[in-house]
Amino acid sequence: MSNKNNIATAGNKGAGVKSDCFVQLELTKSGGINLSLKSKVDVMYGNSIKKQVREMLAFFGIENAKIEIVDTGALPFVIAARVEAVVRQLIRTDKEYLLNVIPENTFLTKKDRFRFSRLYLPGNTPKLMINAGIHMPNGVILDLEDAVAHNKKYEARFVVRNALRAVNFYGAERMVRINQIPNGLEDLDFIVPHNVNLILVPKCESAEQIRLVNERIDIIKKEKGISSNIWLMPIIESALGVLKAFEIASAAGNIVSLAIGLEDYTADIGTKRTNEGSESFFARSMVVTAARAAGIQPIDSVFSDVSDMEALKQNVLKSKALGFDGMGCIHPRQIEVIHNYFAPDEAEIERAKKIVNAFYSAEEKGLGVVSLGSKMIDAPVVKRAQKSINLAISLDILDKNWREKMQ
Amino acid sequence: MPFLNNSQDIGLVFLKIEIMKKYDKIVKNAAGRDVPTIINGEEHIPYKGVGKHIPTGNRYAPPLSSCANYPADGNKTIPSLKEALIKAGLKDGMTISTHHHFRNGDLIANQIFDIAHELGVKNLRWYPSASFPCQEGLIKYLEDGTINRIEGSMNGPLGKFASEGKMKGLGVLRSHGGRYQAVQDGEVIIDIAIIAAPTADPFGNANGVYGPAACGLLGFALADSQYAHKVIVVTDNLVSFPAIPWQIHGNYVDYVVEVEKVGLPEKIISGTTRITKSPDRLLIAEMTAKFCDDAGLIYDGFSYQAGAGGTALSIGNYFADILRDREWKAKFIRAGSNEYPVKMLEEGLVDYILDGQTFDLEGVRSMCENPGHVNTSPFTSYNYHGNGNFASMVDIVVLGATEVDINFNANVVTHSDGYLLHGIGGWQNCLFAKTTILPIPLFRDRMPVILDEVTTLCGPGELIDVIVTERGIAINPRRTDLIEKVKDSGLPIKTIEELKEEAERICGVPEKPVLSDELIAVIKWVDGTVIDSVRKVI
Repeated sequence: MSNKNNIATAGNKGAGVKSDCFVQLELTKSGGINLSLKSKVDVMYGNSIKKQVREMLAFFGIENAKIEIVDTGALPFVIAARVEAVVRQLIRTDKEYLLNVIPENTFLTKKDRFRFSRLYLPGNTPKLMINAGIHMPNGVILDLEDAVAHNKKYEARFVVRNALRAVNFYGAERMVRINQIPNGLEDLDFIVPHNVNLILVPKCESAEQIRLVNERIDIIKKEKGISSNIWLMPIIESALGVLKAFEIASAAGNIVSLAIGLEDYTADIGTKRTNEGSESFFARSMVVTAARAAGIQPIDSVFSDVSDMEALKQNVLKSKALGFDGMGCIHPRQIEVIHNYFAPDEAEIERAKKIVNAFYSAEEKGLGVVSLGSKMIDAPVVKRAQKSINLAISLDILDKNWREKMQ
Repeated sequence: MPFLNNSQDIGLVFLKIEIMKKYDKIVKNAAGRDVPTIINGEEHIPYKGVGKHIPTGNRYAPPLSSCANYPADGNKTIPSLKEALIKAGLKDGMTISTHHHFRNGDLIANQIFDIAHELGVKNLRWYPSASFPCQEGLIKYLEDGTINRIEGSMNGPLGKFASEGKMKGLGVLRSHGGRYQAVQDGEVIIDIAIIAAPTADPFGNANGVYGPAACGLLGFALADSQYAHKVIVVTDNLVSFPAIPWQIHGNYVDYVVEVEKVGLPEKIISGTTRITKSPDRLLIAEMTAKFCDDAGLIYDGFSYQAGAGGTALSIGNYFADILRDREWKAKFIRAGSNEYPVKMLEEGLVDYILDGQTFDLEGVRSMCENPGHVNTSPFTSYNYHGNGNFASMVDIVVLGATEVDINFNANVVTHSDGYLLHGIGGWQNCLFAKTTILPIPLFRDRMPVILDEVTTLCGPGELIDVIVTERGIAINPRRTDLIEKVKDSGLPIKTIEELKEEAERICGVPEKPVLSDELIAVIKWVDGTVIDSVRKVI
């Protein structure tokens, strides 16, 4: 983003940049629209790109301008985001150039949906968004916070907004990580009206921050006539946040999960993050305990060594043992490992089947007390077993008619 | 003024001859493509359909040699390449063949034409088994008429040069098998073959397994050694007789030249021979392997061919996992060998590597050490005039493509903007495998890969069975057996039209390139007929 007098830029170009475009707009006094396009896909889409850009300039009432585009195969949602970002740096307008919401992006998610894996996608790097959904993460996080350079924060909002409307994530829950409060509140204007399913609130340290977020969400919802729920996932990333974990977890009814971010947390307590993680044992346990106490999902931090799948597996097993329900990922290849090892293992499923079966049998027989062998089974144990069963079915490792097969 | 009229007529006639020399008499072939039947002044047959062209006659024979004409002590060494070329009778209009065993590290092809230029020789036909960007320097000889045309794959800069209509003659692209066929039936008569060899002896025996430029095998030069009128072997590792193994027999060789350096080892090792790290490509590889498994194509004793590209290597890796898991063994891998198939061979997951091109030093080492690592040539693998060949015996072949159309026709030489940027390699020949699979992304950047019609037809759809993309798998409707086998697999099976529409929903409907009517090259089918033409870009 540069803004010298009446010139603005947005987007990326240069080595390694793909599926993106760099746009420079200069408002002029006369001469109409002077459009220059250098595109990798000129033969196939040159005309369509020019048409799209001219339509957008007309939409914003710009009649005289010099616009230069360097395109590396940007999809229409990216071109639209880049052009709008340059236009709105130079003119004051309430207008938004909104792409149609694709039918695949109209779904809502449930509060207790599985959230094993959520894939972070840098908010200003469209090439990573396009194929994110095909790797089947439970959720995608369009990140406006740490993955976006400070001078790219503004233009990233348009990419994220357009992606929420126009990129098919193939059923993944569509999440956005906003910037730290209070700056992040402005991000909400760009995401709440566009059917975002869940918002991550980073570096959360108080219930007050959640209140501010919900206040802004409610205003936007009212303005836009939105009635559906927008879930929140606060991220605990500091010593203070850890100590306030329960206050945060129970701050509002639309909080569905509590996550922990260990890179920042370990820095905050003055140590380094290790693979075996003893320095974060207290914080992780605290987050798990607070989340469980508030009846929501505890979610673990990302594992940053993307090449070591064995270490990731060990990390997942440890995380699951601590009580977490899922973790973040920063590379699509981590998804499968996370799903496989958060999933209930064979012994777990067998035990759960016996417990749930005993519960149903007791119910069928009109018994109030569930017992397995000589042992009485408490309600929470049944509930947990039922959860494992549901999970196993949803992951295709257990047939949904498993009870029929048992008998 | 009758005189003037006459001279105009003569002018027209000359003009016509100029045009006729490049190409003439365009007809529609059996694939519905417009192709010339006169190419560079010679007659060619339009494509008739798969397996329809059965030529008769005899194999071409080069002139008879007599051993009395060669030194009895077997020493055929000549001090320089220039002297060897002069002795071989280099002159205007000749056909000069070279080979791509050194890939982008070749140092000899450029020198040959430097010498030809120095000697003032014109109008040569260059007949490489493939060209590489390191030969970009030859553009100046294509411009000044030293070289008339390239008949062989044109990669990168040479392809771009040809695409822009700057080559004097018409390019002819052949598959590795088609190159052997053209030599064997006399369609192409090689005047001088120059075989750059990592190791040779003074008699001309040569191999690719030893020496600083070790590249494995020399199979692409086999036909040339047998059929060329003159054969020159160039090496930087001259050993005393006998150079064993003699992959090239000195009995065919006329002259041997020792040079300082024959190739650049670091560039002989191909850059594409690593498993891909791209999550999208890994997903496609995983889906391909799962498809093969669910369709019952993988069994104890099966065979496959996968190239040296990152996706193909990953597929091989997934195959290895399946074999290991079930304690099965593949019978053979047709390769492009490198460290990955070698690991499988040495782990006992496969009995044989039938190697057509060695991509790294692990491949070279294995070829020396493992009796199950066998060197092959286009003759054994692909040749149309053989009494059969190996290509059709392979269970699964995995290939790439730049474009596929809704009739499963595929393009491997031009991009969607019309530029000729790749060669055919063994691609066309491999299509004859029992099941041909193209694992390809549904779009590259914004460019959809599945179109209504391919820009250039290289492979007829009837030979292409499955397209695997990250967003779904399309099975050729002809393969009802495969459709039946995977119907309950849970794999995302879609029609090719559905895949095309999905790409267009994401990328938009692409415009077709507007190309010139002028032709710059033709694509040969494996039987020597002309399957398509390549047009000049505007």
